[in-house]
Amino acid sequence: MAELAETRPAALPVGPTGSEGVGRSGMLALIATEGALFGYLLFSYYYNGGSGGPNWVAEARPDLRLALPNTILLLLSSLVIWRAEKATRLGDRRTALLGSGLTLLMGTVFAVVQWFEWKAKSYGIGASSAASLYYVTTGFHMAHVVVGLIVLALLFLWTWLGYFSPVRRIVFTNGALYWHFVDGVWLFVFTTYYLTPYLGFGR
Amino acid sequence: MTAVAPGKPRAVPEVGRDTPELRARLQAIWESRRGLLGWLSSVDHKEIGLRYIVTSFVLLVIGGVEALALRLQLAGPDLSLLTPEQYNILFSTHGMTMIFLYASPILSGFSNYLWPLMLGGRDMAFPRLNALSYWIYLAAAVFLYTGFLVGAGPNDGWFNYVPYGELQYNPGLNQDYYALGMVLLGLSTTVGAANFIVTLLRMRAPGMSINNLPILVWGTMTASVANLIVVPAVSLAFFMLWLDRQFGTQFFQPQAGGQPLLWQHLFWMFGHPWVYAIVLPAMGMVSDGLPIFCRRPLVGYTAVALGTVATMLLGFGVWVHHMFATGLPGLSLSFFSAASILIAVPSAIAVFAWIATIWLGRPVVTTAFLFFASMIVLFVIGGVSGVMTGSVPVDWQLTDTYFVVAHLHYVLIGINVFPVVGATYLWFPKMTGRLLDERLGKWSFWTMFLGFNLGFLPMHLVGLWGMPRRVYTYPAELGLGPTNLIISIGSFVFAVGVLLFFVNIVASLRSGARCGDNPWDGPSLEWATSSPPPPYNFAVVPTIVSRHPLWEDRLQERDERSNLGEGMLLDQGKLALATSSLDAEPLRILEMPEDTIIPFLLSVSLLLLFFGLLLKNVPLTLIGGIAGALSLVGWFWPRLGLLEREAAHG
Ligand code: HEM
Ligand SMILES: [Cu+2]
Repeated sequence: MAELAETRPAALPVGPTGSEGVGRSGMLALIATEGALFGYLLFSYYYNGGSGGPNWVAEARPDLRLALPNTILLLLSSLVIWRAEKATRLGDRRTALLGSGLTLLMGTVFAVVQWFEWKAKSYGIGASSAASLYYVTTGFHMAHVVVGLIVLALLFLWTWLGYFSPVRRIVFTNGALYWHFVDGVWLFVFTTYYLTPYLGFGR
Repeated sequence: MTAVAPGKPRAVPEVGRDTPELRARLQAIWESRRGLLGWLSSVDHKEIGLRYIVTSFVLLVIGGVEALALRLQLAGPDLSLLTPEQYNILFSTHGMTMIFLYASPILSGFSNYLWPLMLGGRDMAFPRLNALSYWIYLAAAVFLYTGFLVGAGPNDGWFNYVPYGELQYNPGLNQDYYALGMVLLGLSTTVGAANFIVTLLRMRAPGMSINNLPILVWGTMTASVANLIVVPAVSLAFFMLWLDRQFGTQFFQPQAGGQPLLWQHLFWMFGHPWVYAIVLPAMGMVSDGLPIFCRRPLVGYTAVALGTVATMLLGFGVWVHHMFATGLPGLSLSFFSAASILIAVPSAIAVFAWIATIWLGRPVVTTAFLFFASMIVLFVIGGVSGVMTGSVPVDWQLTDTYFVVAHLHYVLIGINVFPVVGATYLWFPKMTGRLLDERLGKWSFWTMFLGFNLGFLPMHLVGLWGMPRRVYTYPAELGLGPTNLIISIGSFVFAVGVLLFFVNIVASLRSGARCGDNPWDGPSLEWATSSPPPPYNFAVVPTIVSRHPLWEDRLQERDERSNLGEGMLLDQGKLALATSSLDAEPLRILEMPEDTIIPFLLSVSLLLLFFGLLLKNVPLTLIGGIAGALSLVGWFWPRLGLLEREAAHG
């Protein structure tokens, strides 16, 4: 007589615990597809630039005086939200509040500076293919920053309401992960639009 | 033994037997509410799967009627039933409907319905996302067809090349409807794909390890991974086109440093893998369906499963074969040509596996079997003509001729429609508790099969004779008239066959013979549930030890047996089990979300938003945008019931 298989599990976690849960896989899937989206944007830039004539870029030497510090600010904000996430993990609500609040502030400054950056450009969105790509790629990124800021504000609110504990904090972890993505992808955007012209791309 | 108590971070799940009391308890927990509100709020994967299936069949009929109008116009030389403009809109809308609104969603429908049942789970990983993907699909179909009905359907073919799509050549809202509609539809596909992927990784019964999965699951999983990565390419392309048209950007405009070919690259980076996404799950249906009627397991399971994945991996790299005629450098053409021909290898593996399964089995010739077996023939014809166009010199000769129309219909009807109809004959009893009529089924099969070949084989010929595709008529002197008449007659015969199939469905819904749980004596888990399955699918979490849980006594492959009668109860709330990615070991108990109207509201908001963008109507855009944002905040607000937060203490 054949034997029936059995599953006699030991204690299992219930619901999302710590940074684990199906929600995390969902966030990773979102990041994969959004990452691909930015990949196609940059592909478009390199493709059009690579097959365009000389003087294709919108600006031979983009001004880095605002953009570079702004990039550093955004990257630092990733560190801050990482610290806030760690605080949530440790049950330190004050630091988590401080951290998410500070990230929110830094992100807002980034958005405002980027706004001035746009204003300072001598060309509009329809000036050339390179100009269109610049505005649309940074615009897509800005849209992600804005979503990120709303997420950060909500994380701040929810932390303030005492929703999170060292065990139940997947929402916080996911929000922080999204913010890391927004920051990480900017590095590629920044390199492409602000640095490669100096290397001679599209000139 | 401790029971699961909400709020506690860990618990030992209670194990027990499947009893009527347990079933009653689960029924009360999992059942959707009645009434319109309950209907709009349901997140049950079976309900959503059925909606997908019904909606895409409706769109198949609509797309089919469009095709018949085209074939009437082409039935003889110099006819003037349709104007050139109408012909343009009709063939483009036909292509768009069939490819985007029928071929892919129908497979999502079947997979949505079947996955949790085949995997031994209670639902998909993200039930609310599942509902969202359906509602957005419906919204996109409504959006695109609104364009068609106001005379602004797509008019530049389904792949919509620029520069003809640009404003200076194409005023009117046609292209704006198509562009925005496709962005909207892309959202549906993407969230659906993410859901399938996470479901595969987490929502399988213990022991349902990666080498025990039905091939349909492999197919949909592969397609979903591809979709997650390539759908953004086409959404972006369409979005850029819309910006070019409405906001003066220069992405595709050569006079300002743009590149018309960029459209083709973005489109086919998406389009080629997409073609596989609409055949691989259908091939999976054949791989799972044929063995049932051959009374033996699929020959070469591992090769077929790996071939599915290999097809897609190669498929990422061959998009350029749609662009052989665009003047790219010779070396790159050779590379892409070789890769395209190489893709035939894994497909050939599947064909040999099916033939061997029939050969070594004892086939029972049901209607479903006929559809699956005939698909092999059509697949071979479509595959051979595909390998032909995969070779550069041949493609230069044949591109934009009717030969391509023949090829793509052999592939799409052969590898999508035939398996899907076969799958309906196979799984309709599971979904409804009634059998489809076999006599009518055989009639519908032979009418479809003969009509299809009568209509579409001669298309190869007229293509070789030089008849271009996408022309609204041809002069009598070319002598193409008689063959085209045969093509049109065949098309109508085929359509009658499809009609008989739908008649069968409608008739059998009311008066089909009732069937038990497993009318075909199938091997996989869905056949262990009642027909139709209860809302919770499985009363106890099954434990699986083989690929054919219901055939184990017969196959005698090992001593141990899958256990369907005793397992974790998970009856204290809407609970499901998450398992590990490869071996499906129990990992976590999940609180599943209750029914909710939010996905529906979010889709309506998106529909308003997209109409706002289309009409450049600021209030409408704002209303849609803000309502959508609020729905999202409501969606993600941490819930006590889902254990996403602690009870507030501040
Ligand atoms: C009764 C069944 C069908 C008939 C009679 C039919 C007929 C046609 C005709 C006449 C064309 C236009 C050819 C031209 O002028 O270039 C066409 C195009 C097309 N059909 Fe079908 N078709 C049928 C079913 C399907 C199905 C089921 C699919 C997909 C699943 C499909 C996908 C396409 C596509 C993608 C195109 C190309 C549109 C374009 O050129 O942009 N068709 N079909
Ligand atoms: Cu292709």
